[in-house]
Amino acid sequence: MNMKQVSRYSAGFVGSVLLTLAAYLLVTQSSVTGAPLLVAIVVLAIVQLIVQLVCFLHLGEEDTPRWRLWSFVAITGALLLIVFGSIWIMNNLSYNMMPHHEADEYMIKESNKGF
Amino acid sequence: MSSPIVRGQQDELQARSERAHIGFWIYLMTDCMLFASLFAVYAVLKNNTFGGPSGAEIFEMPFVLVETLLLLTSSFVCGIALLAAKAGKKSLALALFSATFLLGLGFLAMEISEFSKLVSEGYGWQRSGFLSAFFVLVGTHGLHILIGLLWMAVMMVRVAQRGLNPHNLRRLSLLALFWHFLDIVWIFIFTIVYLMGVAS
Repeated sequence: MNMKQVSRYSAGFVGSVLLTLAAYLLVTQSSVTGAPLLVAIVVLAIVQLIVQLVCFLHLGEEDTPRWRLWSFVAITGALLLIVFGSIWIMNNLSYNMMPHHEADEYMIKESNKGF
Repeated sequence: MSSPIVRGQQDELQARSERAHIGFWIYLMTDCMLFASLFAVYAVLKNNTFGGPSGAEIFEMPFVLVETLLLLTSSFVCGIALLAAKAGKKSLALALFSATFLLGLGFLAMEISEFSKLVSEGYGWQRSGFLSAFFVLVGTHGLHILIGLLWMAVMMVRVAQRGLNPHNLRRLSLLALFWHFLDIVWIFIFTIVYLMGVAS
């Protein structure tokens, strides 16, 4: 067996386990809450994505033309548009379609946050 | 030294394998779009609990962590199994693919038990928008895992019967690609559905 490849998969595995545990412990054990916590676990997920893409899927190793790499980049762009576009539009919609009494509560809540 | 004809055949097999890889990769990218749209639906419906439970009330975190580690280990063992297959070690490859299969089966069994527990408590997909989106997103991933397991079972039989010929090696490497891809999708289900559900 190709031992260099074995150690590469092993490094990817250990890295992924540590990143998973780090995200898990941050949520269940730490005192971090709110937006910093969400940002932290999303960053950990993205790092784990990159670790697995490189160590397990060998992305970026093919010869040119790099169809796999560039199709991945293109799909990632489209994917971010779909996800964040949907969230943006639907939040806007639910804000504009809000019944009157809910709109009042919402505004009080927002103004209590203090700008 | 291999004859020009044999070398020509090897080049042809190599080129065929390369084409199959790119084609399969494009399929995986379209699957990414499927999951992206389901993630978008989940993100939009997450707070529409309609008086039912929120994620924080129904997710059991140690359980989900075990599930996650099972799938991650399965993905790793699958990679090593492919390396064994490429090195021509048939019995080692079969043993490692069996381990991959059992770990994947364990993951699927845990997911099914989680689903049936939620349904039996009255928190099925018809309870709220949040639960509909949750079941569709996580269930679609589970369906992919089920298909991957069936594919793996078929491949193990083929390898046992016909050995590690170039065609089987090509299919095994596509299967490994699929399995690693499913683990990557799970990273985001774990983070966005479970961890964020419990955190907020």
